[in-house]
Amino acid sequence: MVTKHRPKSSHKGKSVPAPHFLVHSPKDNVGVIVVENLSAGTEMLGVVTESDKTIKLEAKESIPIGHKVALKPLKKGDTVIKYGEDIGKMIADVGTGKHVHVQNLKTKRW
Amino acid sequence: MPAKPQQKRMRAKSNLSFRGWRRDNGRVGVRNHVIVLPLDDLSNAACEAVANNIKGTLALPHAYGRLQFGADLDLHFRTLIGTGSNPNVAAAVVIGIEDGWTKRVVDGIAKSGKPVVGFGIEGHGDIATIAMASHKAKEFLQWASELEREECAIDELWVSTKCGESDTTTGLASCPTVGNMYDKLIPKGIYGCFGETSEITGAEHIARNRAANAKIGDKWMKTFQAYQAEVIEAHKVDDLSESQPTKGNIAGGLSTIEEKALGNLEKIGRKCRYIDVLEPAQTPAAGPGLYYMDTSSAAAECVTLMAAGGYVVHTFPTGQGNIIGNPIVPVIKISGNPKTVRTMPEHIDLDVSGILRRELTLDTAGDALIDMIVRTANGRLTAAEALGHREFVMTKLYRSA
Repeated sequence: MVTKHRPKSSHKGKSVPAPHFLVHSPKDNVGVIVVENLSAGTEMLGVVTESDKTIKLEAKESIPIGHKVALKPLKKGDTVIKYGEDIGKMIADVGTGKHVHVQNLKTKRW
Repeated sequence: MPAKPQQKRMRAKSNLSFRGWRRDNGRVGVRNHVIVLPLDDLSNAACEAVANNIKGTLALPHAYGRLQFGADLDLHFRTLIGTGSNPNVAAAVVIGIEDGWTKRVVDGIAKSGKPVVGFGIEGHGDIATIAMASHKAKEFLQWASELEREECAIDELWVSTKCGESDTTTGLASCPTVGNMYDKLIPKGIYGCFGETSEITGAEHIARNRAANAKIGDKWMKTFQAYQAEVIEAHKVDDLSESQPTKGNIAGGLSTIEEKALGNLEKIGRKCRYIDVLEPAQTPAAGPGLYYMDTSSAAAECVTLMAAGGYVVHTFPTGQGNIIGNPIVPVIKISGNPKTVRTMPEHIDLDVSGILRRELTLDTAGDALIDMIVRTANGRLTAAEALGHREFVMTKLYRSA
């Protein structure tokens, strides 16, 4: 069931809308979608959990909950940063607001 | 309905206590099982027959125990003896195909001071063995049923952790909830434990630095490198895509082992440091604190090893909905994935999905987990216990002789 209503939530006493995506560290170049049924074209609100800074970003495609969105253009060979750490390399170019997953991101290990 | 995290702050956490069973060796259990433990695969049928005869006893069937040798055999005995010695077990009946190795397990468990007896099947057959073992199991069960819980301080609790069917929400919500719990309870004197050696690939620089000192960090690095060399590199045919991360991990949005490892390590919080590196199923011996145990990342194998090490409550963050339990240790499921909490709520003990909506802080979620741990220790059955999940899986290091 799709819930259109976005309830207001409070965090540390402030009233802020629930975010569409979360980012672990200010160094990260990807965020994690935390809502279900996100569709292309959505003007998303993101929060960097480490700093509480908010980010606005348009979703360029529908991305499932838990999957990653590019916060800036990523080129083939670029290192993807999450938790402020290296989580692998891009094997294809991807634009801001697009889905980053196994089709364009690979481990540097094993 | 999954239990909702409590918003109220816990009162005077330094006075946290629970009611458990104190065993003869001083350790405290939170369950009071009488187990019927097979030495080997051949003895499963007799053990299950005894557990069927004597209601309230628990058979622990498993797949191994024949022709093992060397380190693999040592691990087999350590796991069986550790399981029988776990303070969640009041008494144990051991059945094996022959007397010699059966006695090794019985003698090992007897050191914990609890009632234990063994039966060999050869020379008697299943039916006579089941009759003899059933008489003893009944005696143990009725004795155990009169043991009473007593008030115990929180520092008598041993709490392990391992996550399963992880996704990106585990790294954001459920794993850091466990980390917050450890940051609060380790300083109060509990024993903690994390493991999953292969699943630290990509975060080993962080894991090494979380050791209490450089010597322990070096010991950890040796353990990690040995697993890479002897298990992963020796047997891999590709980059382990679909095994590590698993298909479920990938469906949940995890793309690489590095990403999974960084989320995994969120379970040890921000402050606590591990004080020793344990062999699989080894009992900690360096006093209260956080320990690392060398385990695989397969849920049932890992929880079985930690239970054999003596841990009595297990905290288990899950993203996509791993449903694992353990026969002797309550496994508390924590999930921050709202879809999982909605679609399979009967498996989740603590819903921390409010973290993703920024309605719930990690501090409040950590307190809610501590509350759930205490309730579980006091006797609340976990989702996995209520649903009958009793995955008891021996770790096998290599093929038998």
